[in-house]
Order: sequence, then C-alpha cells, then structure tokens
Amino acid sequence: MKKKNSAYDILAMLILVLLSVVFIFPFYWILTGAFKSQKVTIQLPPQWFPTNPTLDNFTKLFQNPALQWLWNSIFISLVTMVIVCIVSSMAGYVLAKKRFYGQALLFSIFVFAMALPKQVILVPLMKLISFMGMHDTPWAIIIPLCGWPFGVFLMKQFSENIPTELLEAAKIDGSGEVRTFTSIVMPIVKPGFGALAIFTFINTWNDYFMQLVMLNSRTNLTISLGVATLQQEFSTNYGVIMAGAALAAIPIVTVFLCFQNYFAQGITMGAVKG
Amino acid sequence: MMQGKSKYNKIRMRETMVSYAFLAPALVFFIGFVLLPMAIGVFTSFFKYTMKEFRFIGLGNYITMFQDPVWQKSLVNTLVLVIGSVPIVVFFALFVASLTYEKSPVTRAFFRCVFFLPVVTGTVAVTVVWKWIYDPMNGILNWLLKSMHIISKNIMWTGDKKFAIWAILIILLTTSVGQPIILYIASLGNVPKDYIEAAEVDGANDFQVFWKIKWPSLLPTTLYIVVITTINSFQCFSLIQLLTSGGPNYSTTTIMYYLYEKAFKIFDYGYANAMGVVLAIIIGLISFAQFKFLGNDVEY
Repeated sequence: MKKKNSAYDILAMLILVLLSVVFIFPFYWILTGAFKSQKVTIQLPPQWFPTNPTLDNFTKLFQNPALQWLWNSIFISLVTMVIVCIVSSMAGYVLAKKRFYGQALLFSIFVFAMALPKQVILVPLMKLISFMGMHDTPWAIIIPLCGWPFGVFLMKQFSENIPTELLEAAKIDGSGEVRTFTSIVMPIVKPGFGALAIFTFINTWNDYFMQLVMLNSRTNLTISLGVATLQQEFSTNYGVIMAGAALAAIPIVTVFLCFQNYFAQGITMGAVKG
Repeated sequence: MMQGKSKYNKIRMRETMVSYAFLAPALVFFIGFVLLPMAIGVFTSFFKYTMKEFRFIGLGNYITMFQDPVWQKSLVNTLVLVIGSVPIVVFFALFVASLTYEKSPVTRAFFRCVFFLPVVTGTVAVTVVWKWIYDPMNGILNWLLKSMHIISKNIMWTGDKKFAIWAILIILLTTSVGQPIILYIASLGNVPKDYIEAAEVDGANDFQVFWKIKWPSLLPTTLYIVVITTINSFQCFSLIQLLTSGGPNYSTTTIMYYLYEKAFKIFDYGYANAMGVVLAIIIGLISFAQFKFLGNDVEY
C-alpha cells in the first residue's frame, strides 16, 4: 500500500548494515585477537581471521590470577543483583500501592538522587567505606551499589500494575502484610525482577570506576580491573590483553544475549516519567 | 464524623508503619551510602582536606577551582564531549530506530543487540580494541587512511592535542547510542497508527509524516534521551583513564577525570569534593533547564 522510495530504503539499509559491522567489530576483534600470536596481532594489513590459532595468550594470562578476577566479578555482580532485587521490590511495592506519611517527599528524593551522577560522591564514599573497614573487599562495591535508587524506581513502575482489589481481597481474607507481599505481589512483579536483575548484573560487572576506586590488591581485582592492569603491564602485547578482554566480555555478553528482552524492558520501564 | 476521621488516621498510621518496615532495607542503603556521602562531600568541600591536614577554609577550594586553568580546560573538554555527543546520539538513534522498529521482532532484537554490544562488552574491553585501532605504528586507522592516500604520515591519534579529544568522542558515541535506540524503538511503536495512516491517505509524504506526527509524539522520549546522554557524557571517565590519562597536556582531561586525579593521585580530597559539588550543580541545572525548555511530560 505504502508508496516508498525504494532507492532511499536500500541506501538506508546499507548504511545500517555498515554501522552494524563497526559496532560488532570490537567484540569480534577481541574474540579473534585472543587466539593470535603476538606477532600477528600487530601485523599490517591485519589478519582478519586467526589462521594459526594459538593458546599462548591464555597461558600467559593465567600466570595472573585471572580466574580469581573472574570469580570476583561473578560474586560481586550476583550478590549485588540479589540484594538490589529484594530491597527494591519491597520499597517499590509500598511506594506504588500504599498511602503513608512522607511518601511524596521520599519519592522525590529518590528521583532527585537518581539524576545525580554517582561519581560525584565517589570520594566521600570511598572514605566512608575505608572507615568501615570494607575497602579492598567485594563489599566495598556491593553495598554502595545497593543504595542506588534506580531499582526502587523501576520496581515502583512494575508494582503499579498490581490490582488494588486483589490486595484488598487478601486483606479481608486475613492475609498478613508479609504473606500478601510474598504470595501476591512477588508473582505479579516477576517480569520486573527479570529486568532489574539483568540490568543490575550487567551494570555492576561493567562499573569500572567504582572498582578502580574501591579495590587494589592484585587478588581482589575484578576481571575488568584486572584487564586494565594487564594493559598497563603488557602495553604492547595485544594478544594477552585481548585474551583477558575476551575473558571479561564473553560471560557478560552471553548473559545479555540470553536475557536481552528483559533488559530492553528494564530500560523502557525505567525511563523517568515527568 | 470525628470518630471516622480518627479511625482513618489510625489506619493511615498503621499503613505508614508497615510501609516504613518495607522501606527500611532500601532506606538503610540509600541514607548510608548515597545521602550520607553526599552530605560529607558537601561538608568537606569547605575544608583543606589532604592526607595530612583537615582545616576549614570556607570557599577556598571553590575560589581555587574557578581560577585553576586546568579546571577551566577540563570544563571546556567536558562541554566539547557533551555538545558533540548529544545531537549525534539523538540523530543516530532516531535513524536506526526508524529503520528497524517496523521490522520483524527478530530483526529488531538483532539490531538492538548489535548497537548495545559495545556497552555490554564493557569499557575496558572495548578500549583495548580502540587502543589498537588508534595505535600510531601498528594501528589499523593509520594503515587504512594511508592505503587510501588520505594521509601520508602516521598520526598520533591519542597523543596529539588536535585529535585526542575527538578520538575519545568517537568511542563515547559507540557506547552511548544503545540505550537511546531501545527507547526510540519502544516509543516509535507507540505512535498511533491511525494518525499515520490518515496522513498518508491525505497525501502526506514520509518527511511530513515524520515531522508532523512522529516527531511531536517522540518529543518526551527525545527529552529523556537528551538528559541521560548529557549526564552520561559529563561523567565520561573510564575511556580517558584507560586511553590517554587526560593527556597530552590536559587536552582530554574532563572534570570527572580531573576530580579522580585530584582525589586519588594527589589526595586533595577537599578540592575533589568541591569539584564534585560543582559538577552535580551543573548537571542538576542542565537537566532542570532541559525539562523546563522542552516540556515536562514524559510518557511511554
């Protein structure tokens, strides 16, 4: 039915495909670079696909505590994810469904804090964390990230969908507050959990600045921070760095690809309404 | 009547107690690790606060800051990144979203993933590749440009004052468009189909349909994207720390990077916190102005 300018369409599609290549390239280059020898990684014209794949880079990489770093990243991201989901769903539910004193004020403070860049409080936060003796431990990252109000905001959006009649019916049937929450609220906000979980996991994994400030002993680093350290030490050995980058990127990209629908939903639902 | 009101108050009181019980864990984290550090940050910004001393100096840090040529330079660099990235991100995201939102769900999901890939891959891993791309001797960029006879000598992309900030901007762009594309795809899907069809029946061309119907209904999303991209570019740090360390000669030092350097290399915490406060105020004012200027109705 539509009268479309097909030349324009073809050109646009062509540009889109070209751009896609540019966007996929870094990931592709990490994956292939990890299996190239040091000589090949800096050869020009570049070898677009490793013709003589080697595992040397990984041998060198694992002379560093790379698996420990990987585990640290997994631990930090998983624990943060679980705490954020529980804490935010509880707070989001009452903010959406209850009427209480101080509600409007509290919600404005949450939204206001969300607009401020987290980085500006990083210095006092680091001081506070050191004061509490948590510096250079996984908790130095986990605990501050649990305070970030984005999750509360997102879960409030999802909790708006809970039918009020259902909550009232539960009350009349004598269901206590905790039971109402676990058996009525939780099942309804499940998609929200999915979105928030994946969102938190990816953001925590990639929160390089926070990790840089909070961690420093070699065995306590996360994989991103570890790779950044390697980059300083082996500045010219692209092979080893690529192997590290692959180890950092593959798990998180896999997680993202598996749950990308939830992720997109989290981003759209988390957009601030005026 | 009186009794009814007191009963209402009693119920509300009970609801309040229950609500705060549910909010308690979130509030503990939020107050302890967001509000408290914020307060400490503001408070200590009025002090000469280093490893050795802690002395009240009033607005001293702020006065030093506004006279500090490096701070001024880093403000300019930050603004270059913000002004450079915002329009391009909006245009680019709109372009990609317009082309993909009517496609099949699989195609849509595919492109959504592709443009989000640099974000998910992580700044550290992505920067590793860009470092090689920009490498003056062994990098692909100089090689490509030379083989196309665009340049004759190798260029130090990240080591030359003229190019370094633009080299950073390019990477920043590739890590900034993912989220806007997702938002635009979602909100283009919500533009009422009847309006578009009615306009097409009346003989409107694609450009008119876009400008008169789609663009106005996308405005709230655009506003949100402008705000998040602004905030995001203001915070540009990791790329710089990994690629140029703020150099050469402070040509890629942003406020965020300068703050980091002051706090964690020079240990001048009071000064760093004053910078944090000013940065927060600037971002707050810009977000506020953008909401005022472009309307305050963000709907999905």
